[in-house]
Amino acid sequence: MISRIAEIRSEAAAAIAAAGSSEELEGLRVRYLGRKAELPGVLRKISELPPEERGKVGGAANRARKELEELLGARAESLDASELDSKLAGDRLDVTLPGAPPHPVGHAHLVARTQRTIEDAMVGMGYTVAEGPEIEHDYYNFTALNHPPGHPARQLQDTFYVQSHPEVLLRTHTSPMQVRAMETQPPPIFVVVPGKVYRRDSDATHSPMFHQMEALAIAEGITLADLKGTLLTLARALFGETREVRLRPHYFPFTEPSVEVDVSCFQCEGTGALPDGSRCNICKGQGWIEILGAGMVDPNVLGFVEQYGYDAERVQGFAYGLGIERVAMLRHGVPDLRRFFDNDLRMLEQFA
Amino acid sequence: MRVPYSWLREYCDPGMTPAELADRLVMTGTEVERIDVVGPPRPEGFVVGKVEAAEQHPDADRLRVCSVDVGDGATRTIVCGAPNVAAGQTVAVALPGARMPGGEKLRKAKLRGVASEGMILAADELEVGEDHEGTLVLDDALLAGTPLTAVIPLAEPVLEIEVTPNRSDCFGLFGVAREVHAVTGAALGPEPWAEDVVAVGAGEVGELASVTVEVPELCPRFTARAFVEVELGPSPLWLQQRLSAAGQRPINNVVDITNYVMLLTAQPLHAYDLDRIPGGELIVRAATAGEKVTTLDGAEHTLDAETVLICDREQPTGIAGIMGGQVSEVSPETTRVLLEAANWNGTNILRTSRLLGLRSEASARFEKQLHPELAMRAQRIASRLLVELCDAKLVPGTIDVAASPPPAITLPLRAARVRGLLGMEIAQEDQIAYLERLGFGVAVEGDDLAVTVPPDRHHDVTREVDLIEEVARVHGLDEHLPTTLPAVGERVGRLSRPQRLRRRAEDSLRDLGFDQIVSWSFTDPGEAERLRIPADDLRAKPVRLANPLSEEQSAMRTTLLGSLLDSAARNAARGAQRVALYELGSVYLEEPPPAAGGPLAGDFPGERAAPVREPLRIGAIALGSLAPASWRGAAVPADFFALKGVAEALAGQLRVELGFAPGEQPFLHPGRTAAVSVGGAAAGWLGEVHPLVCRAWDVPAAVAFELEAAPLLAASTAGEEGYEDVTTFPAALRDIAVVVAEEVPAERVRATVLAAGGELLRSARVFDLYEGEQLGEGRKSLALGLELRAPDRTLTDDEVDGVRDAIVAALGAELGGQLRE
Repeated sequence: MISRIAEIRSEAAAAIAAAGSSEELEGLRVRYLGRKAELPGVLRKISELPPEERGKVGGAANRARKELEELLGARAESLDASELDSKLAGDRLDVTLPGAPPHPVGHAHLVARTQRTIEDAMVGMGYTVAEGPEIEHDYYNFTALNHPPGHPARQLQDTFYVQSHPEVLLRTHTSPMQVRAMETQPPPIFVVVPGKVYRRDSDATHSPMFHQMEALAIAEGITLADLKGTLLTLARALFGETREVRLRPHYFPFTEPSVEVDVSCFQCEGTGALPDGSRCNICKGQGWIEILGAGMVDPNVLGFVEQYGYDAERVQGFAYGLGIERVAMLRHGVPDLRRFFDNDLRMLEQFA
Repeated sequence: MRVPYSWLREYCDPGMTPAELADRLVMTGTEVERIDVVGPPRPEGFVVGKVEAAEQHPDADRLRVCSVDVGDGATRTIVCGAPNVAAGQTVAVALPGARMPGGEKLRKAKLRGVASEGMILAADELEVGEDHEGTLVLDDALLAGTPLTAVIPLAEPVLEIEVTPNRSDCFGLFGVAREVHAVTGAALGPEPWAEDVVAVGAGEVGELASVTVEVPELCPRFTARAFVEVELGPSPLWLQQRLSAAGQRPINNVVDITNYVMLLTAQPLHAYDLDRIPGGELIVRAATAGEKVTTLDGAEHTLDAETVLICDREQPTGIAGIMGGQVSEVSPETTRVLLEAANWNGTNILRTSRLLGLRSEASARFEKQLHPELAMRAQRIASRLLVELCDAKLVPGTIDVAASPPPAITLPLRAARVRGLLGMEIAQEDQIAYLERLGFGVAVEGDDLAVTVPPDRHHDVTREVDLIEEVARVHGLDEHLPTTLPAVGERVGRLSRPQRLRRRAEDSLRDLGFDQIVSWSFTDPGEAERLRIPADDLRAKPVRLANPLSEEQSAMRTTLLGSLLDSAARNAARGAQRVALYELGSVYLEEPPPAAGGPLAGDFPGERAAPVREPLRIGAIALGSLAPASWRGAAVPADFFALKGVAEALAGQLRVELGFAPGEQPFLHPGRTAAVSVGGAAAGWLGEVHPLVCRAWDVPAAVAFELEAAPLLAASTAGEEGYEDVTTFPAALRDIAVVVAEEVPAERVRATVLAAGGELLRSARVFDLYEGEQLGEGRKSLALGLELRAPDRTLTDDEVDGVRDAIVAALGAELGGQLRE
């Protein structure tokens, strides 16, 4: 009997090792360990054996069964893995088909995005942000900014007027908010004002509507040198960490001294020439790009808000006005100011 | 202002190239737009020649064959077309190889068979005046072969400078010379008006002419001098060259002198033919409204009562400070000249010039407000030139009708203030040097200065701060100004909560697949009609511009929808399949702004409220599909519910609950319009754009919304959410389906469910709609997902069933609803 058990074991082990599929293996399991199989039969009939053989035969049969179960289990595992492999191998995608489009994500407008960049740079320097009306009183746009009626400087900015109110206009700059802000908040004041402004002019570099960022800083002891440092910080935030600025004296009615501000060219590093020796197209060979007008707030402007705590002998400060499209045009090479308001998807989609 | 370099150097030679000077000027506050070269690009090849013979060309009636001595020993043959060329003339010759203005190189040429070795030049060929008719005849004292550049400037650099409105002094060449002196330190020549001419004419000016000023406040000074035996003729070459280089056309010696003196001093002058002024009487008066005048340019102008006229005793002779008239114009017959140098009220000149649309070199100067002192400076120089160039005799005396001149201004300049405003130190001796070079009088008072302003700068420099600018700019901001930052103190920079939420709204819409646009605030007045907005609606009465660039941009928009449709239509016309746009921008409504609500609502900082209401709106439009089709499936159409989902997602990002109820807008599909509310208050609309509106814009079907930013952002709790324990006692979920009449709004079913569910019902969401035959005509089934939870215990099945039963009962009682099994 013992030898029969050994025979079954070795025969089954060989068959298990040779089994080529899990189906076949299942057949072997039924044949060798199923209810009608010989080995379980031996174990079932163990009581019929003489008592002195029962232990030996039972032990051998049990060991053989256990051994076969292990062999079946191990073989099943290896057969499963190879069957999965061949199944997966037959399950092929055309990986060159386009991916299913995710829900599309839109794009920020370049002007809005540039406005944020400037706001963030100024907020980082301790400024708050304020908004003012675009349809504005002549008083805030001109008179309180030291452009009295009949002043020739009013002509510097060609103005849209409103039909129904002779003293109402579309603001020509964000500067009216200087006065509005100072009427609302005593010094020290550090505020920037983004927004739409309007001038009666239209060509590639002039649009009847564009965006400005105004900055106003008034406190005790603010100097022109502080303006330079502020503009240098801003220029580096917008155009790169190696930029320099230079101040050229100029004239604006509402600042004194007034300056125009150039930033060193970010394309040619201020040399005016490209590596191949040709003239830099961005700064036109100058090495410098004009970016904004600025100055120390004119005492006459402070005179209009003296009752709100702005005594020109005690507090002073600076203001600047920056064209937001101008920054965007320089940073991204947009050639025509009016393209910003076409809202052509082919342009919008170029800027994330 | 055009500054010919040779003329500038007569008063101040900066000792540097024009380009170097331009750099220095630019860095000290004088904008140099460009440097032109007038005349030939190089002086080589241009010489004085003597015409020895001029014979008729054998084959051409209009050509002469000339023999010309150009000083090099040989006589050259030059073919010339000028009718006046004659033997014995001294002429300007360009030799082969010379570069003509414009750069063309002169070559030997055969003209009708005769070889020509050069060209005898007319005035315009050297860009000296415009005369092309005859050769330029030079002084016979010049030797043949003399370089022409010794006679007149050739290759003359001209600085085109942009004079800022405050610097009226730089509208005169001597003012520019003084500026060059100040910023370079180069020596400045004597003032050209320093010496007056001796009057040798008979009699006294008062016997020949008189001036009455009826409006002294508008005419602070009127001076006049009389000249007799004036020989009218062309100006000498040097004068023609200077005027041409400065951009003025030479006319005749008298008129040229008035222009020349204006260009030199900034003070305009006018020359009258004294014999054409009846009785020599001039009257300065205000026009009567409606009065008509014909100016020198032949145009007729209708005047108002604030216009100032210069009249003779019969009629107006000119509009004061702007343009003379034809009646007493100088002509070839003129022998007696009355020369006016007057001072006018700049504001009035500016006003009249704008009103009449008439600007001149004179008005451009007068409108900046000149000082009365300048008038006599101009008279002195002009008198000298009239005597020298026209052989005129000055009649003794000057008519001078003047109010008392404005007193000279003396200003303090405190050293501490200079340092305190600029943040840089400028030594006192430097300050003194800069100011004196600029023509200011300076007295030292300890650390400080007392500075007297010269007449040229009287209206420009009126305060200490103006002096600080002068010393700062001459000192050099670029080289000397330190770079510092303001002390931070206690301030903290930050965005306000509405500003942060506004950015969040922008970002949310972008992430929901919408492209941001920025649109014109302008629209055309017909837009409201295309939007089917009735005429009595506020949105049909836009703010109109008094002076628009075009009719299409003559009104301010009252909706974002118009802008969104404009952009959508343009993109659709270009073939875009998917158009999803949003804009955050203001609309402009002709009504008073609110007194509260902040800038988003149109309530801006400042003592004076904004003139009109400018609320910020958030608008979006979608055409075609929101998600594109692919090989895996069809596109998600941009329909009402797709856009409503976007609005709800935006609200979700802002943590705002939006209410939607059936609504009405003239530009929307009447059955597919939702009125949107926040906390019960109206906040805009959402819907399908009316087919007729779509047709007006030529777009396919579109859906859009337009929301008020102020209430939306004010209601936002984003960033302020509180924690709620949802893990300790988990929620129970139940779905119910209820059959109601078709016309019962889903929102009403949901509201009924929420009310009946009590505090245990945390949310109810409609997730399915079914309409089918088995429900019967006019019925629909809505499926709702319910979430029930208690904060302090896990709900038992009995509790959940109890709530569910209450809901079912309420649906039955209030809406006639039945559970669908």
